[in-house]
Amino acid sequence: MRRLDLAETPLREVNAALQVPVSGETSWEIVNPRGAHALAVGLDAPIDVGIRGSAGYYCAGMNKQATVHVHGSVGPGVAENMMSGTVIVEGDASQYAGATGHGGLLAIKGNASSRCGVSMKGIDIVVHGDIGHSSAFMAQTGNLVVLGDAGDALGDSIYEARLFVRGSVRSLGADCVQKEMRPEHLELLARLLDRAGADARPEEFKRYGSARRLYNFDVDNATSY
Amino acid sequence: MCGIVGLFLKDRSLQPELGSLLSDMLVTMTERGPDSAGIAIYGADSGAEGRLTIQADDRGTDFDAVAARLGEIAQARVTAHRRDSHAVLVCPPAAVDAVREALERTFPEITLMSFGSNIEIYKETGLPSDVVDRFGIRSMGGTHGIGHTRMATESAVTTCGAHPFSTGADECLVHNGSLSNHNRLRSGLEREGIRFATDNDSEVAAAYLSGKMRDGADLGEALNAALSDLDGFFTFVVGTRSGFGVVRDPIACKPAVMAENDRYVAFGSEYRALAGLPGIEDARVWEPEPATVYFWSHRHAAA
Repeated sequence: MRRLDLAETPLREVNAALQVPVSGETSWEIVNPRGAHALAVGLDAPIDVGIRGSAGYYCAGMNKQATVHVHGSVGPGVAENMMSGTVIVEGDASQYAGATGHGGLLAIKGNASSRCGVSMKGIDIVVHGDIGHSSAFMAQTGNLVVLGDAGDALGDSIYEARLFVRGSVRSLGADCVQKEMRPEHLELLARLLDRAGADARPEEFKRYGSARRLYNFDVDNATSY
Repeated sequence: MCGIVGLFLKDRSLQPELGSLLSDMLVTMTERGPDSAGIAIYGADSGAEGRLTIQADDRGTDFDAVAARLGEIAQARVTAHRRDSHAVLVCPPAAVDAVREALERTFPEITLMSFGSNIEIYKETGLPSDVVDRFGIRSMGGTHGIGHTRMATESAVTTCGAHPFSTGADECLVHNGSLSNHNRLRSGLEREGIRFATDNDSEVAAAYLSGKMRDGADLGEALNAALSDLDGFFTFVVGTRSGFGVVRDPIACKPAVMAENDRYVAFGSEYRALAGLPGIEDARVWEPEPATVYFWSHRHAAA
């Protein structure tokens, strides 16, 4: 394992070392992040990165393949536009966690605040705590799992993303409705909970999704999502 | 953008370090707003002194002469303590209003930044590090304080347009965001006799809260009323003689993070601002909820 200290090494050098791991090193540890922005962004290799402390905006943004594990909290936009790989946050996440993500898994052990999963496009997000208002706004595809409660306007103008909430939902957004939990959803949820290390039973959750009255849903395209 | 920091000390032993801690927090937020910076600092409150912070653009202003003249008019002992372009006038508490009136009539070219018993406000255009150095903020002690670094959107980059805004005794407000109904609110407040120093939307928010508190509301009640009456984007941090409050609008686009432990309550636009505080690793750190009022008071803490 190689250790990089942000108290000594500039952020750009840390990111460059992670983005092009020429040494073949697959395991990295970042210390003294002190809320630095854009840490471990744009990674594109199957490496493990541990961040010891709290990070700022856009941590692990655009991630591909890598596993980024934050032992602290993160600011706005964690794992924004993630393509693949895994991002684990031991603490809380601020606004728009996992926004526009195309793939991979984002697991948040604490709470996420507003706009979690906004415009998600295939990412799986599992939040062990609560999420704030306007989460999954215009969410296109992928899965958002919440073990705690959801704030106002969950899933406003949602497309085909699936939302699973164990606790209460303060209010649903436009065109978002509660849906039947079928066996395939219970199976999917069990897999997601397992991957995110979440101790909960799929039967405890309710499923929410699009009523498909707000956008032009064509059943012939159902397999595209 | 704009960056806000705030620190409310519970542990008296940290009081001598207030200016230094707050300065470090504010300088960390420089990238959020390079136009102007300001700090409100609440110093020792003996109850035996009134204080007014004043500012003059003219570098040659003789603040001692100003204090002497104001003392003659207000028939009270007034002394001046200069800090760069600002000076703190100290007088008996009962003379504060008379000194204010005399200042306004006699020295229209001098700006009143704050008045009351323990507040001092220092603000200028320029970067936080320069502003903090000019006024020697790092050496100041106190019980609580608020800082702001501004990226101007709604009005001009001037000394008076810098935050914090103070519109009542020992009251101040800093704002990240922009209000959309400030013009209408301003006309209403003007009809009630409140006068404004700038065209700034944040000054309207400060005056709104001062008006509510003048009518008997406590800080928490005033902030709750603001949630109904103010339209726009805001994260406010507000200081009073004994307290410190935070509120965000219901959409909560403007960032905020708070930390609390046995020694302090701290506010930052970003976690970076809090990262240097003593014991932050073990403090409770959280994001304030939208449309939720938070406030702390030394009076309540003491009770």
